[in-house]
Amino acid sequence: MNTKGEMTQLDRQHSYVGRNLSRDKAKRAVHGRGRYTDDITLPRTVHAAFVRSPYAHANITTIDVEAAKAHPGVVLVMTGAELKEMCTGPWLGTLSVFETMKTAPQYPMAVERACWQGEPVVMVVAESRAVAEDAAELVEISYEELPVVAHKETALEPGANLVHPDLGDNLAFEKTIDNGDVETAFANADHVLEATFDFGRHTAVSLEPRALLASYEKDTEQLTIYTSSQTPHMIQAIIAKTLGLPEHKCRVVAPFVGGSFGLKIHSFGDEFAATAASMKLGRPVKFIADRLESFLTDIHARENRVNGKLAVSKDGDIQALEIDILSGVGAYSQYPRTSVFEANQILNITGGPYKHAHYKARMRVAYMNKVPTSQYRAVGHPIGNSVGEALVDMAAEKIGMDPMELRRRNIMEDDSYPRMTASGIEVADMSHQACLETLVERMKYDDLCAERDSLRQKGVYRGVGIAAFIKGTAPGPAGYYGAGGAPIASQDAATVKIEPSGNIICAVGVTDQGQGVDTVMQQITAGALGVPPEMVRVIEGDTDATPYGGGTYASRATAIGGEATYQAALALRAELLVLAGALLQAEPDSLDIVNGDVVDSGTENARIPLSELGRIGHFQVAQLPNDIEPQLSHTKRFRLKDALYIFTNGIHGAYVEVDPDTGFITLLDHWVVEDCGRVINPLLADEQVRGGCVQGIGGALYEHCVYDDQAQLLNGSLVDYIVPMASEMPNIDVAHVQTHTGVSELGSKGVGESGTGAAAGRVMNAVNDAISPFGGKVFEQPMTPEVLLKALGKI
Amino acid sequence: MADEKIDIALTVNGENVTATVPARMHLVDFLRTELELTGSHLGCEHGICGACSVRVDGVVVRGCLMLAAQCDGSNVVTIEGLSDSEEVADLQDRFVERNAMQCGFCTPGMLMTAAELLAKNDELPREQIREFMSGNFCRCTGYHAIIDAIETTMKDRKAGGAR
Amino acid sequence: MKAPRFKYARPGTLSEAFGLLSDFGEEARILAGGQSLMPTLNMRLSQPEIVIDINRLDELKGISDEGDHIRIGALTRHVEVLESSIVTDKLPLIAEAIPHVAHVAVRNRGTFGGSVALADPAAEMPACALALQGTFVVEGPNGRREIAADDFFHSLYETARAPDEILVEARLPVAQPGEVFAFMELARRKGDFAQAGVACKAVISGDVIESGRLVYFGSELKPTLGAGAMAALEGKSWSDDLAETVAAALDDDLDPMENLHGSAAMKLHLQKVLTKRTLSAAVEKARAV
Repeated sequence: MNTKGEMTQLDRQHSYVGRNLSRDKAKRAVHGRGRYTDDITLPRTVHAAFVRSPYAHANITTIDVEAAKAHPGVVLVMTGAELKEMCTGPWLGTLSVFETMKTAPQYPMAVERACWQGEPVVMVVAESRAVAEDAAELVEISYEELPVVAHKETALEPGANLVHPDLGDNLAFEKTIDNGDVETAFANADHVLEATFDFGRHTAVSLEPRALLASYEKDTEQLTIYTSSQTPHMIQAIIAKTLGLPEHKCRVVAPFVGGSFGLKIHSFGDEFAATAASMKLGRPVKFIADRLESFLTDIHARENRVNGKLAVSKDGDIQALEIDILSGVGAYSQYPRTSVFEANQILNITGGPYKHAHYKARMRVAYMNKVPTSQYRAVGHPIGNSVGEALVDMAAEKIGMDPMELRRRNIMEDDSYPRMTASGIEVADMSHQACLETLVERMKYDDLCAERDSLRQKGVYRGVGIAAFIKGTAPGPAGYYGAGGAPIASQDAATVKIEPSGNIICAVGVTDQGQGVDTVMQQITAGALGVPPEMVRVIEGDTDATPYGGGTYASRATAIGGEATYQAALALRAELLVLAGALLQAEPDSLDIVNGDVVDSGTENARIPLSELGRIGHFQVAQLPNDIEPQLSHTKRFRLKDALYIFTNGIHGAYVEVDPDTGFITLLDHWVVEDCGRVINPLLADEQVRGGCVQGIGGALYEHCVYDDQAQLLNGSLVDYIVPMASEMPNIDVAHVQTHTGVSELGSKGVGESGTGAAAGRVMNAVNDAISPFGGKVFEQPMTPEVLLKALGKI
Repeated sequence: MADEKIDIALTVNGENVTATVPARMHLVDFLRTELELTGSHLGCEHGICGACSVRVDGVVVRGCLMLAAQCDGSNVVTIEGLSDSEEVADLQDRFVERNAMQCGFCTPGMLMTAAELLAKNDELPREQIREFMSGNFCRCTGYHAIIDAIETTMKDRKAGGAR
Repeated sequence: MKAPRFKYARPGTLSEAFGLLSDFGEEARILAGGQSLMPTLNMRLSQPEIVIDINRLDELKGISDEGDHIRIGALTRHVEVLESSIVTDKLPLIAEAIPHVAHVAVRNRGTFGGSVALADPAAEMPACALALQGTFVVEGPNGRREIAADDFFHSLYETARAPDEILVEARLPVAQPGEVFAFMELARRKGDFAQAGVACKAVISGDVIESGRLVYFGSELKPTLGAGAMAALEGKSWSDDLAETVAAALDDDLDPMENLHGSAAMKLHLQKVLTKRTLSAAVEKARAV
């Protein structure tokens, strides 16, 4: 149904929408025949390696590259200063929508000063990566160490060391929102709950590291880049801008991408350097970040300290919420998406499911001499959700109400939309109540709590944790990126065309990293047109072959790209019926397309196959009347009009066991009920949620980029940075409520980050429930045994 | 006797291969760059993630932790060879049906390890399937679907289902 | 990260290996299973002149029942230990510990001897060998020596093996009547390095622990006997009070290393918890016999 409740093409019996179609790329992947950036070879490719700053903050006083240059097999050595000469200007990671934000100018490689351990300083290009690394060891650099900013807690104090002395202080950005009257609400409240929450810095750890193969043709000044990116058009735009290349002569191709999770929507200095090397050499240059340099350069995220306060009445009405966010970012605001989004999202979404009117939030973002941070799956939501949901549980405990019941009492009603959140965001088409009741049923909440209670008597400490969430997906142009000046598209486009054979090509601006974007577009196209999916091939990830788009980020592919695809397919369908009508002497609206044939509506008698229409339309146009000009290809764009995001909602449940003697946590069962609007492919949507949950669990229990007082990363390898593996992860039950969004005919919202957004919150709540007999609370993530044992008073 | 360039003769996916390799080159770099068998992937090169898993002399190993030089005389099977042999064609079908992969980067390694699991066990509780697979990192799926696919294959085989 | 340049040699006999070791001295690294050496090479933490591949030395292979002890050749892969019926029948402590060693792919290549020779503080096999009062045989250009496990582990990655010697085999005494064994470790994820661990051999009759050997790993610089804990339990009846007394003795026995995963206080606490649980399990096993 569309938003008016009418049957659409997608709801019809023959539609493939809502079905579990297998992915074509999966068939390749399962035979080891995926083609990732490092699998692509071009003749005469050379390889880049980097010398990186060993210090978090240091002046670079001398660089001697002579021995490196002389090493056999080396074709180029480039310093940051030499690369700067090839750039049109520095990067400034600010957006005009964050008016008071400040950052220091940054070049792709450090020029006179290195500002984080790992910042690239010198690039060596050689016949193999191994030889490049050999030569890199011969580069001699002298550094003069500078004072380091290693702790966000002190970075904003007067007299603190400065990351960029020219900026005057380490404050990147500050913002406060103050809605309603929080002071009065707290003063009059029956109960006020308060706590400080700490979240460890972590990073995406995509299994395929960042990868780039740049090939510059000197004769035609054309650049081709194969790169593991979610956003080929953005890469095209900023590569062209930074290196002074004509944008229309840059082609960016994202082949198979081995995981991304937001990491690969960003641009990185070493990738620009490798591209510049290709321009200098006129040869392909390949750069594959190895795992060690990934930890020192991939964007980091999630390092925040949040003070939270919640007012609740003795009857269980949540009245007010106040949070104060201190966000610890890196040495620069990441270009071009900035490093302040995370804190901004925390500010936007904390307490989002609830009806309270009073909300105050302050965010301060502090620079440190660490790896720059930026958007990583569920941006800010895991933090805001953990804070809000923990405070709700504390409130429930205080007034002696069941935590599910407190949520039931306070969540926004399903028939109350559109409405505003207390943070000032308009939300619509949500289903908190339906999701909550579905969760209660699926997790057998009452039985689970009873089991927990009875096991407690036997000295087995289990906990039940709930986390309700809202999630901003599919940003609109009125929002941050485009409006703020970044060359990042919030609109997206699809071209749907018929080939002479009658088969359909759908070229889209959104991209696939394995979540199945291509399959989803295939299903939408097939459903809209009335053809079997095998007749549809989707092209994505190539700026030469697709209409301009934003790529995949912020769970926008289905919601935005899908709507563009739908509209383009409908437009082609309409044209095909006109053509068929002309050939059959019938009214177009007496015809339909089913299973690849034009049929009479109603009887479904096949009249003419699409293959005939394709053949005639391309080769035998004379068979058509002169007043019909077959286009056979339709491009449609789609964007949100006024909304910043399409907000989704859902609720998570977790059942865990804590060993109170060791502090070890065992994850038992987990549940998610979420509303992403119309689900195109249930299997793919479920798996996005599952994978997202486990990634969120990683942050809750394991993942932490640990820095010392000199801002040196202590655990920059997979030996010491621990990620979730199969043995410890739970089975995850997933269910969907489908409230179509009114912003599009497709009605789909984003789903990719919903698992991650509330996984940590549900686990933390479950852990705190499990240890409640001992009186301690855990408000720090990752929740390591050390953290638990301290909360339990055992150490 | 001691050299930086080593002559090796080995079998890869059933084919005899001779090559001269740098002593320092690990097995997966050899497979990927010299033999263009790009199905084996590199995720860490320090033996943790399992993306490099290949079969050497009948057992699954971390290919990044073996030198090509030490594989002289060995029998190496990569995902390409495993696929062509159809040894786990049923498992591969289950992977596709169950969507037990997303980006696909861990998939060859997962399949090499799961092939050994299936060869050694005709029945295994789910927790032990998870344990067997605990040396292969997946960032996309959260493992649930992978374990489902292996469990289903195992059950089908035990029930005498078609391979 | 690509390994630095090095030479490679694959000796066919032990004496060839000794020749190479003597030529290259400290610039040589022995390649056995490679599961610990290769990461250091790939990460350029180690830059030897030569890697000596000893995987063809057949005299270092095999598990055999020698009557009063089991001989495990240094090149025996962990998977062979895991699947050996000799180990299952005669070395129950090893059988209980070996599934905790890393993961399938690592066990397929990693060797018993490699684990002992490296002596990683979190490794399971060195701790078990020490608990079993095993003996290691090393061989060098000057011949063979036998070193008791008690004398083998000196400090962090430091053993009694000289740089020009190769570990040849381990000799582990078979279980005697009245002996029970228990093994526990705590790791964040299956197969991870242990945060704390105990390998225990005890002689228990009825509820009385006549004697016990408690070896701690994962928290100390090397596998460490809990001497005070062992003294506290000798000849005593098992009870909650005894468990507390034994655990308390660890305050003096252990000096845990703080690391990224936890403080010294946490590690000590975990070793105490594991001690109680391990002894309790051993007592249960004795009852069940």
